[in-house]
Amino acid sequence: MKTEQGFKNQSYNYAFLDEPSKREIRRKTLKAVAIPGYQVPFASRELPIARGWGTGGLQLTLSLIGGDDCVKVIDQGSDDSVNAVSIRNLVMETTDVSVTTETEAATIIQSRHRIPETPLASDQVLILQVPKPEPLRNVEASEKRTKIQHGEKNYNAMWLELYEDIVKWDHALFDADYPVMVHGRYLMAPSPIPRWDTPKMHQASYLTLLGAGREKKIYAIPPHTDVVPLQFDDYPFQVENFDSQACHLCDSTDTFLEENTDETSGHVFYQCSDTAYCNKVQNEKGDH
Amino acid sequence: MAYVTVTGGQEAIEAAKKLSDTYRLDPHQPPLDPAFIQKQMRLLVDRIMSEGGLYAPELASLALKQSEGDTFEAAFLLRAYRSTLPRNHYSHILDMENMRVIRRISSSFKDIPGGQVLGPTYDFTHRLLRFDLMDEALSPDDLSELGKSFTDRIDWKHETITFAKVAGILREQGLLGENPAWSDTDEPFDITREKYTSPAPRSVRLQALARGETGAMMALAYSSMRGYGSVHPTIGELRVGYVPVSIPHPYQEGESLYVGEMLATEVETINKFETNEATGEVEFSLGYGCCFGQNELKAISMAILDRSISDGGTAPAEDEEFVLEHIDSVEANGFVSHLKLPHYVTFQSKLDRIRATKQKQTEGGASLYEN
Repeated sequence: MKTEQGFKNQSYNYAFLDEPSKREIRRKTLKAVAIPGYQVPFASRELPIARGWGTGGLQLTLSLIGGDDCVKVIDQGSDDSVNAVSIRNLVMETTDVSVTTETEAATIIQSRHRIPETPLASDQVLILQVPKPEPLRNVEASEKRTKIQHGEKNYNAMWLELYEDIVKWDHALFDADYPVMVHGRYLMAPSPIPRWDTPKMHQASYLTLLGAGREKKIYAIPPHTDVVPLQFDDYPFQVENFDSQACHLCDSTDTFLEENTDETSGHVFYQCSDTAYCNKVQNEKGDH
Repeated sequence: MAYVTVTGGQEAIEAAKKLSDTYRLDPHQPPLDPAFIQKQMRLLVDRIMSEGGLYAPELASLALKQSEGDTFEAAFLLRAYRSTLPRNHYSHILDMENMRVIRRISSSFKDIPGGQVLGPTYDFTHRLLRFDLMDEALSPDDLSELGKSFTDRIDWKHETITFAKVAGILREQGLLGENPAWSDTDEPFDITREKYTSPAPRSVRLQALARGETGAMMALAYSSMRGYGSVHPTIGELRVGYVPVSIPHPYQEGESLYVGEMLATEVETINKFETNEATGEVEFSLGYGCCFGQNELKAISMAILDRSISDGGTAPAEDEEFVLEHIDSVEANGFVSHLKLPHYVTFQSKLDRIRATKQKQTEGGASLYEN
């Protein structure tokens, strides 16, 4: 363990948490990996950032990093967003690991609301911050009852919700955080990633860990696991539609785009939400 | 001396008052200057003004000093003082677009016209104790330098410090409904002058929420976001700044009179869409929060509860009466703390009943249960 030097704030333990806490989180993580999609309760610790701002993801990151890790933190696709900067600063302040904005260079990617556009490799770990880990929460407020429903694999209420959306609006209204079945057993909230990112989870070659600090749950999608969105045969799952718009910076048409309005002209333009990917594409184009 | 005896009670009250002062003061420390509280406990002062329903930073600071920092007690002191003041005027509706903004963020739109203004916030500082504040030694020169480093960066001639409202973007695209129209000449329902009944007009709801207790409102808003309710919005815009306040001119018809500016927090949230009954259009629904001072948690909670009540439902946060009757700190604090008053008479009556019941059970207990 590298605790001797290299990180700024020596008045705190390496990676902020005490060692037994990190061990507990790793044990819970192993259980989560062993039961894909199952929400493993854990005693979430208080961190110097607020509950609900990514403490679940951060506890997973802090319990895993060490040695030669290289960490990337993104929020809404951007490395430069205030919350990503804040979390990255905390990692830098309490550990000696290196940080990066390049998706390919990272060993651990902690993310809020996005999976990077660049496909991840099997030796990378994706950590997603989760505000609402319980996929049944919208149809059942009580944790006691949702636990029973998961135990009995009783997801009727969600199917009914989907059915009612279709009857009323002629399509599913689940937007981001679209509920998915994990390996045919557990219904899972994939964290509020856009539907665009949901297919990336299916049979991915890398490990995805999901951490909810406020709700005190850890869950996981091990490599090569089925992740299938809830859908009816005649009303299949659909990702967001950008009307074949292209990013105004890198011209990509195959990425998740954000809608912006020009202040003076009122003109609407689109831009990649994954800023690292967008920069990469721009640089590659510049080289040719 | 009994707790309830009139003469002994008088002495006890006097002694308790003196004792409180001795607990509050330290012979080796200068008494706290309310001006320090007003500046250095800024957010607490804002909170008390909001819950006290009186925009008076100096008095809120005094109330905090007097109550040794008990927020419930301080809001109570302010509220009690407020009821000594006549209601002379209702202001014109505040023009929030004319706010001198010190902080303005949108979590819905990345590029809001005018840009995001982070302003004074602890949101992105790590909650590590700053031990250097234990003994913060800054000379007056250091302090004025600190202020100058900011003001020097602003080009006062060109800097826009007022911003158009973000919700307008969605409204122009027909994706967001209009605010319920409110005429500036209508007198609002005034909850400090009239008792309201549920269902209440929205002006009642917004008033009650504007001076509700931050913690209580946050708990209810949180319950909705967690699933006991269905409101989990995104923030279209949160803005903090100074708004000009004017009143109708007391003598000259049609003229208005500027009476000063006040710091306020305003939040507009964007919620799930629904069909507008009047137009048949599908639109996002809005939640609105506004209160005195920089009071962000409260303004956000207010916007959630405003929406939650509009939508209705069976969860506590969706029940107008439940929410409005339980968020007022002065009312709640008064009734919960009244349990400290003597209850000898009612308790004697309770004792009589439990003894009688026990006796019946031992005498004829068998017959009570066996049949």
